[in-house]
Amino acid sequence: MRQIAIYGKGGIGKSTTTQNTVAALSDAGNKIMVVGCDPKADSTRLLLHGLCQKTVLDTLRDEGDDIDLEEILKPGFQGTMCVESGGPEPGVGCAGRGIITSINLLESLGAYTDDLDFVFYDVLGDVVCGGFAMPIREGKAEEIYIVASGELMALYAANNIAKGIYKYAQTGKVRLGGIICNSRMVANELELLKAFAEELGSQLIYFVPRDNLVQRAEINKKTVIDFEPESNQAQEYRNLAHNIQENKMFVIPKPMTQDRLEELMMQHGFLDAIA
Amino acid sequence: MAITKEQLDAILEKYPAKVAKSRKKHILIKDASQESQIIEANTRTVPGIMTNRGCAYAGCKGVVVGPLKDMIHIVHGPVGCGYYAWGTRRNKAKSEDPTKNFLNYCVSTDMQESDIVFGGEKKLAKVIDEVVETFHPNAISISATCPVGLIGDDINAVARAAQKRHGIPILAFNCEGYKGVSQSAGHHIANNILLDKVIGAGEQEAAPAKFAINILGEYNIGGDGWEIKRTLEEIGYHIVTVMTGDGSYEELKNAHVAELNLVQCHRSINYIAEMLEIKYGTPWLKVNFIGIQSMIETLRNMAIYFNDEALTKKTEEVIARELARIEPVIEQYKKVCNGKTAFCFVGGSRGHHYQGLFAELGIDTVLAGYEFAHRDDYEGRQVLPDIKPDADSKNIPELHVEADEGRFRLKMSPERLEALKKEIPLSNYAGMNIDMAEGKIIVDDINQYETDELIKLLKPDIFASGIKDKYVVQKMGIPAKQLHSYDYSGPYAGFNGAVNFARDVSMGFSSPTWNYIVPPWKNQPLLIGTVTEEGVA
Repeated sequence: MRQIAIYGKGGIGKSTTTQNTVAALSDAGNKIMVVGCDPKADSTRLLLHGLCQKTVLDTLRDEGDDIDLEEILKPGFQGTMCVESGGPEPGVGCAGRGIITSINLLESLGAYTDDLDFVFYDVLGDVVCGGFAMPIREGKAEEIYIVASGELMALYAANNIAKGIYKYAQTGKVRLGGIICNSRMVANELELLKAFAEELGSQLIYFVPRDNLVQRAEINKKTVIDFEPESNQAQEYRNLAHNIQENKMFVIPKPMTQDRLEELMMQHGFLDAIA
Repeated sequence: MAITKEQLDAILEKYPAKVAKSRKKHILIKDASQESQIIEANTRTVPGIMTNRGCAYAGCKGVVVGPLKDMIHIVHGPVGCGYYAWGTRRNKAKSEDPTKNFLNYCVSTDMQESDIVFGGEKKLAKVIDEVVETFHPNAISISATCPVGLIGDDINAVARAAQKRHGIPILAFNCEGYKGVSQSAGHHIANNILLDKVIGAGEQEAAPAKFAINILGEYNIGGDGWEIKRTLEEIGYHIVTVMTGDGSYEELKNAHVAELNLVQCHRSINYIAEMLEIKYGTPWLKVNFIGIQSMIETLRNMAIYFNDEALTKKTEEVIARELARIEPVIEQYKKVCNGKTAFCFVGGSRGHHYQGLFAELGIDTVLAGYEFAHRDDYEGRQVLPDIKPDADSKNIPELHVEADEGRFRLKMSPERLEALKKEIPLSNYAGMNIDMAEGKIIVDDINQYETDELIKLLKPDIFASGIKDKYVVQKMGIPAKQLHSYDYSGPYAGFNGAVNFARDVSMGFSSPTWNYIVPPWKNQPLLIGTVTEEGVA
């Protein structure tokens, strides 16, 4: 079983990328569980063709510890198993602790069965506290992919996440598998992302081009693979899935200083764009 | 017996250099030839060091707020913080109306994992509703424990809404354990809210009787307050309220009418004392009810303040009668105690207060210190302007009060007040250090290692401290007296308290237990050396 966590700046397209990758992997015959680690509970919407109705924490709150796995683990596209951690309403309680609680509960309920080929964790935004680092702590995801784009804030967040991975890599097996570029059509984006990934000691595992088809599929509550399997964009996601499946490069990242990051931007991004 | 600077340095040498540098500032050998001996206090304990200190919640709920008997004190958090504060501090209380004394209860919101994740505000509101329905208290306090601050429950908003719903005062204390370096932070937080929300909330405009006083920083441990009250009321004082031992919300709200505030524990209550003077014009007198001479001096200082012939006469009568009564009893205990030595490491005021009583029994205090005091408790209030606020002290809001337009009243002419200040400790505390003899050791925030080493060096006959170090010390063959809780005994304050203390300490010395324990140093040679051909190496 390979456990993979997807991180990245809020709004970068983690959930879309994750679900499309999962759809492609599952299309290729893999058995997969997706764990949404975002209080908004929208990480499995495209696979389930609608929002998850019952999150782990909702169920825990309403029914106590006596939970059946079937109540929270729902089959989605091509038999992928989907579960949402859920969390408190905005501005209340502790979402980080919620993730820890719900992953522990999934373990104790036996959600991690041996027949699974992959477990994907889709984690909210930045690694703001210990709770959001839960998926990369001991015994959980050992492979991390960071979704980024050519915008400074996206790279800044990616670098921050790399710092978190670096910390946990010292004591555990977590490694960075690569950077996924979800293109924002920024000038020189490919070169910048390649340089960024290399600077971290990692790789740009795939460059996903921008296509409005993704939005159309989302409105229809579907992944592109599901919505228009013959489209170019579906093939792009299949390529990404293939690269992840075949990936052998797992590194302890070398996060850079803010100054170095900005320097990199000037070198590969803005300078050429201005010229 | 005193220790030398070299011996002290040898103890500190075992620390890593940075720790040694820090701890060195917390330890003094009293030297009166120096103009001012600065001690560092109220700073963070070095992590890893086994300290006696408690947390802000302990200081707020446990010490200052908890003894108010007609209130229900809700501990908002997981059940442990509430459970371990349940009846453990021996702050006794009696109530004329037995349905209005809630000190035997402990109310916790018992936060569970899902309350942490989803927030505990709704549960807190529900607990308040249940408490009102079940107990009908005069007021309610809510004390926040650590996780409440971490997840950001707005206990002030919950308190406001509940106060509207139920029509009784509901006080919220943001006293999360991690606020501040010790329980001292919690005292300050409690003082601020009590002054802001309770004192002055009463309708009274004048005291109902002559010689009206408040007693501040007296927590009725083992019944101390009752013994003090016995004497003060006989002399003719009217006690408006005690803060907070055997105190109540009902009394506390009228504390503004007193003519004088007595301050027993300066550390835990000086904020209120100071603010009462600014707001209502009531001066405060530093008192000490522990020890016969201190008690007498306190009574005489009070009489000087009120300057009333009959009161002064009655004061002397009571002193003479009590002395005649207790001196012969104490005398027999002195025979057991005379010539002994003590360590006196307690709290934020008792480390000072008990030295006089020890001396009266013939016991010399060779080491004294405080767990959570500030520099002014050691060096005196004149150092207050020199204490620089740091990140920890800035974390606690300072309450700025102004004179209450309707109720501010000078209790005497400013000229007489100034003259009195020269005569009695009015609105001043000179600190502990000034009362300590040459060569004695003063240690702030002592730890287990220093306790061990200093005991080996000074070999005290009795160790006065708390529950955390008591048993380790007793296993070294030294009787240990808890001066936080009095080991199930007391009262120790006032005239009868002095007798009780003499009895208990004598009992400690006379116990056959110590014959069965051999302290480690009695098994070890004092010097280790080898004999070689050239002589002794």
